Amino acid sequence: MQGLSVWCVRAALLYLGLGFTLGAIMLAAPALRLPLTVLRLRPVHAEILLVGWVVQLAFGVAYWILPRLRGPLARGNERLAWVALLLLNLGVLAAGLGQAFAAPSWVPVAGRAAESAAALAFARHAWSRARVSSATRRD
Amino acid sequence: MASLLTGILQVALTTWSSVLWPTYVHMLVLGWLTQLIFGVAFWMFPKRSSEGSRGSQRLGWASYWLLNAGLLLRIFGEPARAIGAPTGWLLVVAALLQLAGGWAFVINTWPRVRER
Repeated sequence: MQGLSVWCVRAALLYLGLGFTLGAIMLAAPALRLPLTVLRLRPVHAEILLVGWVVQLAFGVAYWILPRLRGPLARGNERLAWVALLLLNLGVLAAGLGQAFAAPSWVPVAGRAAESAAALAFARHAWSRARVSSATRRD
Repeated sequence: MASLLTGILQVALTTWSSVLWPTYVHMLVLGWLTQLIFGVAFWMFPKRSSEGSRGSQRLGWASYWLLNAGLLLRIFGEPARAIGAPTGWLLVVAALLQLAGGWAFVINTWPRVRER
């Protein structure tokens, strides 16, 4: 695995553990008589698991496994992929925590915008690598 | 399949819609998507050593059984709680099983995610 993939997948694994922990707290809360305010964690639980875990894992695995290009930039525009990683993580934190802790409304909006920008940056990065291999092309 | 069938019930039985929503979502996202990721990652992530070790088989199986046992308990426990059945402690056990299953996967996978 390459550096960026390692960062993506490890961050995704941490989000997985954190997301499961928040989910377990919410599931057990009524029986343990925890304050029902813990249910406010639902948006951050969903954001962490859907974007922080699933999307980020997909970024990491795609960066690792998509076909490489010829030439010195075998994995395409690496800087763009790092920008995507950074924006995605800022977005998850802002959107998740912003919703859970009633931050000003621009915080979760900015978080979702950062996630969208991350997706665009990653799509731009991966576009040139997602192609039919000449070895398997049939048409 | 089970999650999609539950999804049909969730929209068809309007009085049960909010009761079945968490069950439907967790069957789909946990039982299908996350579990598929666990399986594929265990298969294709870089092996731990030149002998081809995929990490602890025991921990791998533990994450599988814990995750599914926890999911099964909540599939019955959450709708039952919503209609007033005393399933609180069943859901605590479900929460602990799923939590342990998730962290077992993280611990087993972490050493395989490294730069070469």
